[in-house]
Amino acid sequence: MTPYPVIHNGGTLQLADLQPLSYQELGGILAPLLTRGCRLVTCFADPGPNDDFPLSIYTVVAEDAANRLAIFRAVGEQVLESLTPGCPQFHLFEREIGEQFGVVFKGHPWFKPVRFHAPWPGKTDAWNRDPARHPLAGDMEYFQVAGDEVHEVGVGPVHAGIIEPGHFRFQCYGEEVLHLEISLGYQHRGIERLLAGGPWPQTPYRIETAAGDTTIGHMTAYSMVVEALSRTTIPEKPAVIRALALELERLANHVGDIGALAGDVGFLPTSAYCGRLRGDYLNMTAAISGSRFGRGLVRPGGVLYDIDQDMAEQLRQTLAKVSAHTRGALNLFFETPSVLSRLEGVGKVSLQDAAALGMTGVAAKACGMDCDTRRHHSVARYRREYIDAVIESGGDVYARARVRQREIDQSISLVNQGLYKIPRGPLRMKPGKLAAESFAVTMVEGWRGPVVHAAVTDREGRISRYKIVDPSFFNWSGLAMALRNEQISDFPLCNKSFNLSYCGFDL
Amino acid sequence: MNFYQTSVFSSLLFHLLLLLGISPLLPGIIARTKAVIAGRQGPPLLQPYSDIRKLFRKSMVISRTTTWLFRAGPVVGFAVPLLAAMLVPFGAMPAPLSFTGDLVLFVYLLGLARFFTVLAAMDTGSSFEGMGAAREATFSVLVEPIIFVAFVVLARSSNSLTLNTMLSAGAGGALFSGPAAMSLILISFCLFIVLLVENCRIPFDDPNTHLELTMIHEVMVLDHSGPDFALIQYGAAMKLLLSAVLVLDLILPSSGSMLFDGFALVAGLMVLAVCIGLVESAMARLRLIRIPQLLVGTTLLSFFAFILVLR
Repeated sequence: MTPYPVIHNGGTLQLADLQPLSYQELGGILAPLLTRGCRLVTCFADPGPNDDFPLSIYTVVAEDAANRLAIFRAVGEQVLESLTPGCPQFHLFEREIGEQFGVVFKGHPWFKPVRFHAPWPGKTDAWNRDPARHPLAGDMEYFQVAGDEVHEVGVGPVHAGIIEPGHFRFQCYGEEVLHLEISLGYQHRGIERLLAGGPWPQTPYRIETAAGDTTIGHMTAYSMVVEALSRTTIPEKPAVIRALALELERLANHVGDIGALAGDVGFLPTSAYCGRLRGDYLNMTAAISGSRFGRGLVRPGGVLYDIDQDMAEQLRQTLAKVSAHTRGALNLFFETPSVLSRLEGVGKVSLQDAAALGMTGVAAKACGMDCDTRRHHSVARYRREYIDAVIESGGDVYARARVRQREIDQSISLVNQGLYKIPRGPLRMKPGKLAAESFAVTMVEGWRGPVVHAAVTDREGRISRYKIVDPSFFNWSGLAMALRNEQISDFPLCNKSFNLSYCGFDL
Repeated sequence: MNFYQTSVFSSLLFHLLLLLGISPLLPGIIARTKAVIAGRQGPPLLQPYSDIRKLFRKSMVISRTTTWLFRAGPVVGFAVPLLAAMLVPFGAMPAPLSFTGDLVLFVYLLGLARFFTVLAAMDTGSSFEGMGAAREATFSVLVEPIIFVAFVVLARSSNSLTLNTMLSAGAGGALFSGPAAMSLILISFCLFIVLLVENCRIPFDDPNTHLELTMIHEVMVLDHSGPDFALIQYGAAMKLLLSAVLVLDLILPSSGSMLFDGFALVAGLMVLAVCIGLVESAMARLRLIRIPQLLVGTTLLSFFAFILVLR
């Protein structure tokens, strides 16, 4: 028995089972945990029924080796002693809670806004900004380096390519980057607040667009939350179809990413082929659900579209052809010396830094961290399928590209196997009412890494607080670390090797 | 000598025809080659002509922080390749303008164009353009020795200080049989590298990238638009043609017939453009910090050629 409550991925807890701790006690328990191979998964505050202080601060820590999640509830007053100095993983979560609820974290190394939105209704502003004016995105103090020959380069929020908006502030000494600070928030839509009081009829559409390139990942995580809270066990068939769609999403994005890396280093053949192949994988998802990104495929209780025998056969044939081309394009990329010399040793992140920042997903696997939700926190249905997390040790651009290449191989065989084994049965089981005063957390290994959704329900069984953590939330800090003492001209390549979501961060 | 004088006019005409008429075709051929290799359809061969025509009809956006220098960059960038080309024989067609020591003028005319492009870039005050200007200036310092050593080798092997005679090595067949054959082969290779660097081709620069932070030449002209940008594009195409002619002058043999040699030069230009397209398709860009190493290596190669010719 552990001294704190633990559940498995997709499990629930009664709120009454969570003993409230003080924020200090929480820090005392977490500090040793987080240095012992456990990862901070999510942390968020909920004002509770009276919409007033003290807040409840929920924290979820993944104990990967034990395949379980530890849940904590701490009491949050208006002013708290920051945990960031001891557990750097908290740095963004604390800034986020400060921005939403006006909680001031004393001792936080640099307490400033994250997404530049006004405090939530009825809350004070942690920075005493003018309540009449909406905060401007990017309006904060940046880290600055002074001295001769030191110069500052600001990039964005409007970029040259067709990408999302974000601001990057480089402190450079000649061509060398001393420090990079990333400021996001330009796409903040307030998704989490829109979900409170739900589930609403429009909730699935909002979840699907939390990060549009991870539609299946986010929607599966949300569906699992609803299923957990309503105690619904979905039939076997939709579980398999969800898993297939998730792997197709991974394939499309990983292939597209390697193509983009090739484009960045100016290696045209792989760039052109991967651009086309990404479309082929997206079209396979479209063949199932009518949407290239799988919108409308996954819903709480199951899926809305079937894969029948004919379609499975057709998909197998397409996959055989497309995967052969994919392997060809990737092998060409990884066998060209001029390409390898661009990738190797660029944008290194050490395993220690990755662990301290709580990095997850592809970027963490590339640093040698053994973390894959499919392996450590698999939900019963998938357990027999997954064997190993793909791990590299370099922590550089090459390692991140290699993780993708190997995951592509893995996913192709998973999809292939899955298409032979689509069980018979119903597509969906309507979930019932959500349990009142409960807590649920789910993790899904999206293509970037674990997509984490957590929900707290109120007395009537409505969602009182919904929390989404896209892997990008942790990994943007990793990108900033990767650029330390690198060439500024290598930034686009490093950025592409992480390929993080802006809207998944901004929510 | 009489023949030479009468042909000054026709030589001028031939130079201008190639520079103004044919030059935009070369980037078109390169783009098409790259497209074919990558399995794409690619833009039409004559796309650069349409681009330049389109840009000339557009209006310009000029930042209020800039001065006359910003406008001067494109004009100098257009005029200089035209002027410099007048000193260079195009295949068997001698240069319209020739005098002893014109090779120094040639190198510094190109330097002048770069100087003005760099000034125009810094005039905008943009941090990107400042970085691009710094990179351009750094790499040009490393390219200049290659060109000079190459010219010294050519001057030595042809016992002349005019580009007209120095660059007739190919026409005279010295590349294949003469005593300096080995060093001429090395010099041709060095000049091909110079062609790739000077015209911002892969592996040194990527003319197609949209990533401001990795660009060298492209980032310096980010703020130019409309007719100014058309002049830059046109000037860049002429510079590409001029650099290609330098290489071809060394390797194309002469048949004795002026007409045939003219066609051979144009065909050679197209083959060279295809070669550039192949190089760009076959390899990735170098890391920026590796470029100086490659350039120093090329300088060493030109020194070897020099030693061989001293023998």
